[in-house]
Amino acid sequence: MKKQNEQHKFPWSHIIGFVFSIVLTFLAVGVALYTDLSLQTIVIIIFAFAFLQAAVQLFMFMHIKEGDGGWQIAKMASAAFIAIVIAYGSYWVMTNMH
Amino acid sequence: MAQVSGSVGPNTPLEYQSSIGRLNIFGFWIFLGAEVALFATIFATYFTIYSYNVLGGHGHHHVGGGPLPSELFEIEGTLIMTLLLLTSSFTCGLAIHEMRKHEVKRMNMWLIITLLLGLAFLVMEIYEFIHYAHEGATIGTNAYWSSFYLLTGTHGLHVTLGIGWMILILLQVWKRGLTPDTAKKVFISSLYWHFLDFIWIFVFTGVYLVGLVGS
Repeated sequence: MKKQNEQHKFPWSHIIGFVFSIVLTFLAVGVALYTDLSLQTIVIIIFAFAFLQAAVQLFMFMHIKEGDGGWQIAKMASAAFIAIVIAYGSYWVMTNMH
Repeated sequence: MAQVSGSVGPNTPLEYQSSIGRLNIFGFWIFLGAEVALFATIFATYFTIYSYNVLGGHGHHHVGGGPLPSELFEIEGTLIMTLLLLTSSFTCGLAIHEMRKHEVKRMNMWLIITLLLGLAFLVMEIYEFIHYAHEGATIGTNAYWSSFYLLTGTHGLHVTLGIGWMILILLQVWKRGLTPDTAKKVFISSLYWHFLDFIWIFVFTGVYLVGLVGS
């Protein structure tokens, strides 16, 4: 079990995570609304930003590495796999497989 | 398996000091995994219907009489809602930071700020839905708007539950003080609160940004 020895320090990871999340949010808006890229390219880029920001929540805000960190990371990784299979898989089957 | 018998030292945060606390926190991560699967099914429905009814497989739109998402979505309001929820996730993290320093008053202050930001998000979302309904997009308008309200509504319901839950936890801390038991409850409700923003990132990206560009 990882001990939180740095608990009395300044909350740097939260502040860095917060700034990083704001930057990613505005970058996604910029790419989506203020570039002339194709819809497919925009979707790929902004979803990459979304997954990065989700990782910021898990690792910098939610203390996922504490406690049973290995199991917790494995749980969320498998949940991400299930989510991608369900959401992208359904979309792909319904639009490309007729 | 779950490390319920990990060594407890003076630096161990309160919420990890009891074995039941460690199990509850680990169990909540399992629950969050299930929540991811729940939202994945709703996103699957939304994206499939969006691609059929809004993008249209053959180059023309057929939303079935209702307005297009790009006609109703406005980036300013959505961005403000996104920043409200993101900031609330940040302040919730600061509350846990203060809890680990045993600064109960500061923890309460950050939790109340978190709640107010969450409430502001919810009020904006309700006004957004009322505005869309006035423009002719209700849950019964067509398949697209049904899936839109199902997805954003399920998320909004989670925010509502999160606000109610956190108020009850705050009252319990106020009555019982910060103990390994109440600290665990604060920590788990904070995980839930962060998770609301975790899901919203994908709603903001997949529904609003794509909806503004793709039609």
